[in-house]
This record gives sequence, C-alpha cells and structure tokens, in this order.
Amino acid sequence: MITVEPPATRGQRLRWALSDTYVIAGRSFSQLRAQPGQIAAELIAPVIMTILFGYVFGSAISLPGGGDYRNYLMPGIFMQVMALSAVAAATSVAEDMARGIIDRFRVQPIARGALLAGRSLADLSKDWLSLAMMAVCGLLIAGWRPHGTPLETLAGFALLALFGYAMIWVGTYIGLFVRNGASADAATFGWLFPMTFLANAFVPLERLPGWLRAIADWNPMSAVVSAARELFGNPGSAAASWPLQHPVTASLSWSLLIIAVFAPLAVRRYRTAASR
Amino acid sequence: MIHAEGVRKRFGTTEALRGVDLDVPRGSVCGLLGPNGAGKTTMVRVLTTLLRPDGGSARVAGCDVAGDSERLRYRIGLAGQHAALDELLTGRRNLELFGRLYHLPRRTARRRAEELLERFGLTEAANRPVRTYSGGMRRRLDLAASLIVSPPVLFMDEPTTGLDPRSRLALWDELRALVAEGTTLLLTTQYLDEADHLADRIAVMDAGRVVAAGSPSALKAKVGGDRVSIAFRDTADLAPGVAAVRGVLAGEPEIDTAERRLVVPVSDGAASLVRVAAALGAAGVGVEDLGLRRPTLDEVFLALTDAPGREKEAA
Repeated sequence: MITVEPPATRGQRLRWALSDTYVIAGRSFSQLRAQPGQIAAELIAPVIMTILFGYVFGSAISLPGGGDYRNYLMPGIFMQVMALSAVAAATSVAEDMARGIIDRFRVQPIARGALLAGRSLADLSKDWLSLAMMAVCGLLIAGWRPHGTPLETLAGFALLALFGYAMIWVGTYIGLFVRNGASADAATFGWLFPMTFLANAFVPLERLPGWLRAIADWNPMSAVVSAARELFGNPGSAAASWPLQHPVTASLSWSLLIIAVFAPLAVRRYRTAASR
Repeated sequence: MIHAEGVRKRFGTTEALRGVDLDVPRGSVCGLLGPNGAGKTTMVRVLTTLLRPDGGSARVAGCDVAGDSERLRYRIGLAGQHAALDELLTGRRNLELFGRLYHLPRRTARRRAEELLERFGLTEAANRPVRTYSGGMRRRLDLAASLIVSPPVLFMDEPTTGLDPRSRLALWDELRALVAEGTTLLLTTQYLDEADHLADRIAVMDAGRVVAAGSPSALKAKVGGDRVSIAFRDTADLAPGVAAVRGVLAGEPEIDTAERRLVVPVSDGAASLVRVAAALGAAGVGVEDLGLRRPTLDEVFLALTDAPGREKEAA
C-alpha cells in the first residue's frame, strides 16, 4: 500500500516542484535517447547552416567598409538557430497536448508550471549542444575566429543561449494553442524565419530603406547578434539606434522581458487548455 | 466515496452536464452508462479535477473536486479512453516517471514499477518502448500507471473499448480483484454486459442527465418483469397453443404470427413456466423453444435513452 500526502511545508513544496521539473527534464532526455535519429536531424541543420552560409557566402561576399564576412556572419547564424528553437519547442508541446499523456500529467499532483519548466530546460540543453556543434564547425570549416577573451566568448554564447531560452518559451506558448505538431511548425517557423532576415544577422543595416531599418534596428534579434559580435570581437556595422549601441544590455533585457512575459502566459495557458 | 450534487458543465452553447447527481458508496462499483455524447466522459473529467464544474458540487474520497484538488490527486487513479502513456519510453520507464511525479523516492518508484509490471504480466515487455505494445498491453500498462499510489478511488473511462474479448475478460478480472481489495470504482461504458457484469449500481446518463439509477436487476425490473416466451414448431400450432396458455396464465399474450412466437408477461416467474409447460404438453402442441426471459439491459437502455432521437443526432 503506497500513499502520499500533499507537501506539508513551503520548503517541501518547493523541493517537490524542483523535483518535478527535474523528472520532466529527464523524460525529455529519455525521449531523445529513444530516437537518436531525431536528435541527429535537429543538430545537423545548424551544422549545415554554418557550413553553407559560412563557407559558400563567406567566400563570395565582402563587407562594405571592409572586414571579413565570415566572421561577421557566424554570430548571425548562431542567433538564427537560437531563434528557431521556438519551432521544436512548439512542435513537441503541441504533440504532447494532442496525446492522452497530458491527462495523466494533469491528474497527477505535479507542481504548477513544472511540466513546462522541465521541458524548457531540456530544450535549453539542446540549444547549448547546437551552439557547441556550430562553434566547432565554424572554427574548423568556416574559418570563424573569436577575438575576445575566453570569458567574453563564453558570455557571448551565454547571451545567445539566453535568447534561445526566451524563444523556447515563445514556442511553448504558441504550441499550446495549435492542434498538432504540423500546425505548430507552421505557426512558428512561418514568421520566425523571415524575421531572422529583418535583422542585422546576414546584412548590414545601413543601406536598408528607413522604415525597414527602424524595424531591424529594434528587432531583438539584431541586439542579440550585435552583442555576440561585440563579445566575440567579430566585425559589426555602424550602430545608429540605442539597442545596437548598447547591444549587451539590450539583448539581455529583451531576453529577460520575453521570458517574463511568455513563461507565465504559457503556464496559465497550460492550466486552462482543455485537451480533448 | 463519490458524492456529486447538481454538477453542471457547459462548453460554449452545449450543455454537457445539466445537473448530475451521483452517489457511490465505498468499495462499490458504479457503472456510468450512456450513448456517445451523454456526458459520461465530461462527468469523469469533472470528478478527476481535469475540468472545473460550472455549477453544483462534488466530493471524491473526502476532497472537494474544486477546492481541494491537490489532495484529491493523490487519492485517485484515472485510466482514460486513450492510453495516457509516453509512446517513446519503455513500459518500465513510464511507470518510474509517473511514480516520481507522485513524489515517491527514486528507489520506491522503481520498486513500485517492478511490482506493477509483475502484476500485469508486463515484465517481459518492460524494456520495450510502449509504441511497440498491443492494445491490450497498453491498457494494462495504463491501468498499472493509474494504480501507482494505491488510490482508494479509481476512474475508468471506457476501459475495454477496442480490446479483443480475451483482453477484455482479463481486464475485468483485474478490476474485480481491485474492488475485492477495497477500491471504489467508477467506470463508464457503452457495453451493457460490462456494466451488468461489473457494476453494483448503474447510473444511466442521457443528454447530460442521470435518467435512471439503481442495481442492474432493479433497472431491469423498472422496464418490466419476467416474461414467458414460446416459439411454436408450426403455424398450425399457434392457435391451440394460445388457447392452452390462456387457460393457465392471466397476462395478455403478445403474438407474433410470422415468427410463430408468443410472449406473456408473468408475475410469478418459474411457477408460471411450469404451468405453461404442463398445459402445452397436455394439449399436444409442437414447441420449438420455451423459456423465461428477463428484460436485457439493452432493452432497459433503449427504453430509457430514447434511442431513435439520439441516432439522428449522431449521424
């Protein structure tokens, strides 16, 4: 006979919430181990992007005003892959919601928010893995070189990962609205991918028409790319707007703001979303 | 153990539950019976904290479903229409995962998983991903997952839908064993024989209401008592047969000439049957089949739920 009572103290409640988060993250890792093909596919895309853009474009294009395009480009590709982590998050949460398993999670006494938090942390570690793979490919194949101190380089990656984490929450929130994995893909990739081009990831912003430039200047993605360039010591371009003049502060603020908005929204949405 | 009063739930303009009362004593089995769309699943979802009722109140295992849902979740198990499992993970890993989410220590969760795998005959398949399981195995694992914390109240939403007859019987045995151990069981079903076999009490639902409740035999009695049914060998036997029956029984016979069949409602069951048999024998009438029939639960069900109207709605 096994019986469990609800947590008696605040401390126990917190410990159980952390334990739930940890157990759910462990489930995501077990799922990944169960389908090695899936994780290979998820990691191969960033690697292809790095090689394709970095090597092919990098050889053909030169920056206006001088500077190595490959070194200019790499932080942009890092950011793009981080932005697109919303797609995988949305897809997997939508698939969970469409299946019966969500009923078992909801009928069990799991701490509020632990399910989404656990998944987001597992997704975040996938982001770190993608960053590591891309960095290695960038160094070995695309000729990317960070010029900052090791600490600055690490800080650059941390800012990128934080942005990835913010986008995971955006994707999670969207995934709770759609019916299945395929529509989750459409509801995220469809606008995110174009948006990564409305930023300074691939092209300098100087020659854009005024209205487009205003959008790109204030696109959080631009701040993230500029911050990474600054920390990696990679060439950037002239910054006219406040976020791009203070990219580290701006990208940190953007990411934290996105998390502060979308994480509570997603947790609330999860609690009310009636699954079948 | 389960007590609901006037539970209401509305989805948009559809009233799924229009004031449902339900009472299930400790250690008993209640069958919630009804056609598709009657509100059975909605009721189960309200009682298991998955849906918040719009009106009325319900207590399960001493906890209010709205106010004390956290405590309640440690005291109930739910096995739904769709096996609520992680398809990618192995059977063992699934049970460990759910055990850990009940906040069992890692070692206890592991031991409990092992016990349940053993009990449900899944030890051999324990290390295979659930997506390779058959329907019956999935249902057994799902039931195992809902029993991790030995819940005093178990909810099963159409537990045997889609199972082959052998798996169905095996699941019934499991459910009976659980009830013998003291579990209170609420199960929904469209299969009348399932309710007839398992349930102590049946609540028939239709269009968001409980239209009848009682023991299976009481419900059958409600629709009508016993009847003597006679099938004659030949059409020529019909007239002398009817005359012989009228001689010994007071009830008005219902005659079906094409089927050469006669049905008479009786009040004293077997005694009437003996008198009819003697009378028919004395008259020398050819009889193909003679018997005492109680109304089937199917007849009860159709009489109570106004079947033709519902079929139109479903189509």
